[in-house]
Amino acid sequence: MFTLEHIIDLPSVWGVLIATAVFLYVLLDGFDLGLGILFPFAPDDKARDRMMNSIAPFWDANETWLVLGGGGLFVAFPLAYSVVMPAFYVPVILMLLCLIFRGVAFEFRFKAGKSRAIWDNAFHFGSLGAAMMQGMILGGFVQGVKVENNQFAGGAFDWLTGFSMLTGLGVVSGYVLLGATWMLMKTDGPAQAWARRAARYVMVFVAIFMGLVSLWVPFLQNEIGARWFGGHFYMLLPLPLVTAATFLALWFSLKTGAEYKPFILSALLFVLGYIGLGISLWPWAVPFRLSLAQASAAPASQSLTLVGALVMLPVVLGYTAYCHYIFRGKAGDEHMY
Amino acid sequence: MSLPLSLPELSPVVLARIQFAFTVSFHIVFPAFTIGLASWLAVVEGLWLKTGREVYRDIYRLWVKIFAVAFGMGVVSGVVMSYEFGTNWSRFSAKVGNVLGPLLGFEVLTAFFLEASFLGIMLFGWGRVSRKMHFASTVIVALGTLLSAFWILSANSWMQTPQGFTTDADGMLYPADWIKIIFNPSFPYRFAHMVTAAYLTTAFVVGGVGSFYLYCKRHVEQAKVMVGMAMLMACFVAPLQLFIGDAHGLNTLHYQPEKVAAMEGIWNTEKGPALRLFGWPDQKAEETKYAVEIPKLAGLILTHSLKGEVKGLKEWKPADRPPVAIVFWSFRIMVALGLMMIFTGLWAAVLYLRKKLFGSRLFQLWCMAMTPAGFIALLAGWFVTEVGRQPWVAYGVLRTADAASPVLGPYVALSLLAFVVSYTFIFGAGSYYILKLIGKGPVAAAETVPLRQSFGARAPFAEPSETEG
Repeated sequence: MFTLEHIIDLPSVWGVLIATAVFLYVLLDGFDLGLGILFPFAPDDKARDRMMNSIAPFWDANETWLVLGGGGLFVAFPLAYSVVMPAFYVPVILMLLCLIFRGVAFEFRFKAGKSRAIWDNAFHFGSLGAAMMQGMILGGFVQGVKVENNQFAGGAFDWLTGFSMLTGLGVVSGYVLLGATWMLMKTDGPAQAWARRAARYVMVFVAIFMGLVSLWVPFLQNEIGARWFGGHFYMLLPLPLVTAATFLALWFSLKTGAEYKPFILSALLFVLGYIGLGISLWPWAVPFRLSLAQASAAPASQSLTLVGALVMLPVVLGYTAYCHYIFRGKAGDEHMY
Repeated sequence: MSLPLSLPELSPVVLARIQFAFTVSFHIVFPAFTIGLASWLAVVEGLWLKTGREVYRDIYRLWVKIFAVAFGMGVVSGVVMSYEFGTNWSRFSAKVGNVLGPLLGFEVLTAFFLEASFLGIMLFGWGRVSRKMHFASTVIVALGTLLSAFWILSANSWMQTPQGFTTDADGMLYPADWIKIIFNPSFPYRFAHMVTAAYLTTAFVVGGVGSFYLYCKRHVEQAKVMVGMAMLMACFVAPLQLFIGDAHGLNTLHYQPEKVAAMEGIWNTEKGPALRLFGWPDQKAEETKYAVEIPKLAGLILTHSLKGEVKGLKEWKPADRPPVAIVFWSFRIMVALGLMMIFTGLWAAVLYLRKKLFGSRLFQLWCMAMTPAGFIALLAGWFVTEVGRQPWVAYGVLRTADAASPVLGPYVALSLLAFVVSYTFIFGAGSYYILKLIGKGPVAAAETVPLRQSFGARAPFAEPSETEG
């Protein structure tokens, strides 16, 4: 049986790979969910059409990263998948329902006549709900779930806490920031000016929520606190410092006419926040209960899919880049096809 | 007579099963339609490139919009599936994850991204990339749908005819031979049967819509191409499906004989059993009541001999038998629709030879009535194979009852209700918009604004002649 078990540390490689897939999802679907949350607040219908057009060619591929995240967890850490999904049954189902409504809104909105308002609302509330649920799942995950005999053993609403509310709001505001800076990049004129104002407004909230979550996380578990404030304190210190510097750079870039820089800096904020989470949670597949190694699929299964992933992911990234190249430039407000 | 389908008490497992059956039935309709539609669109666009006839372009521009709506609904209902394994069937996921996980992983890596990315170019790239690149995108999307079908049917077939694995003391499965897992015994048959079904489903939708235009004397030129191409499929592929289905049935008889016994309503092991055309399989009484039979025929079909032995359901303990009535009746619905498709093809051939293919009003009405035939046949077929596998989720390896998540019943019931309400609403709206597009017809489709104007940047590869429509 083909296996890479003796050559590389499969659980760790897969842990990094899935974390990367989830991150790419957060980044890519983040901007289109964020745009959906901003949608009703846009100055006029013309701006709304441009917002929709700027993401219509991409949303489908963006959402595929969510399938890879969920599917990847099933492939590489079936035990973690089978514990985490029942634990977050309610928010996962709510997230899926929200994604359904916002997903079909893309197609239905342009085809609807008088009923367009229904799909505009579906797009907004679907995006908002999906973002909030993703944030709350993240919060619940970081808190840890109850596991007995390798099965979820907690209640249906264990995830619903003050901390998960905070992470939910944090993710919502983070996505809005990505959405606003994406819109800044993809439009011009009044729509762009509005997007710039929105980005400046929401980045304050992102800073507040990121700060609160960062302060709260070390107190959730002694283990996390020890990691941050133990022997590695000075090694880890650059992370919050670089984050603060990125916030400042973003603030100033939003005062200039920069079109690409704000989006890149917002994405960088996500990278930094994500690295922070990674440092807190490593090496848990289900925090504080199942390690990556414990939750791993058979080495043969991880090996086969790893080869597939290493061959296919560069190809996927390649044609994703090609699609963004094809649809580069500013989005218009006309019906596109 | 007691109702044979006595309502089981609504335990979390039963609710999870109903939920899965509902969401997957809703989902499969769209991939099936888009598998066929993508391939057909690739052919139509290829014909346009080759001949330069505008009729092909008009047809493409109409159906690509319908494709977009159907694909969108397929994507969102498909994301649900990839999470449902975990939310509702976590013990299944934990036990068979080592074996099935990589198959689903490869589906995402090789097919989903490919489809989703190039769909953007297919829908929005008209006039923005060269004609050849656009055609290539359509072909890539079509290949993506087929690749996706390859992996998902391999995974499903493995659940029907599992092999190539070992089991440890805790009932965890480990892969032993990937080739055996991927190319498990029922996979080639199921794959061929499903892809052919998808093509036929699409053909009958296209044929029905074309016939509607002919009947109303609208878009006649485009409608003739639609009906002509659809009837080619009905003529040649519908009979082919009969042979594929027969081969698939023989394969099932070998590996899952109780499923075939349920399909045929055979309770006692018989030599040369009769074909029960109709009847009412009674699970408790262990007999098929009120059967209308043709002697020896089931034996002839299943064993290709008059004296061949077919095992009856009584060979298995009652707890190991599938719910017979659902399997029995779904199978009859599927076969009847298949025969009606073959009949449509024959009728079309006769009309064609008499040079009246586009002139018969009665035939147009018939084709319009046959529009949903593929969808119903496809769902009925999946009911046969999935219900027929019960009480197993992985045949002979893991029982459905042992596969569910430790989730409380009320939450499964509530989420089921939420899915039913949302899907009904969305399916209704989606069907309405598709009908609206069909109502507008192909000419209006050619008048939409090209993307080149939508995005401010200059289209990099566009040639002047392509910027129209």
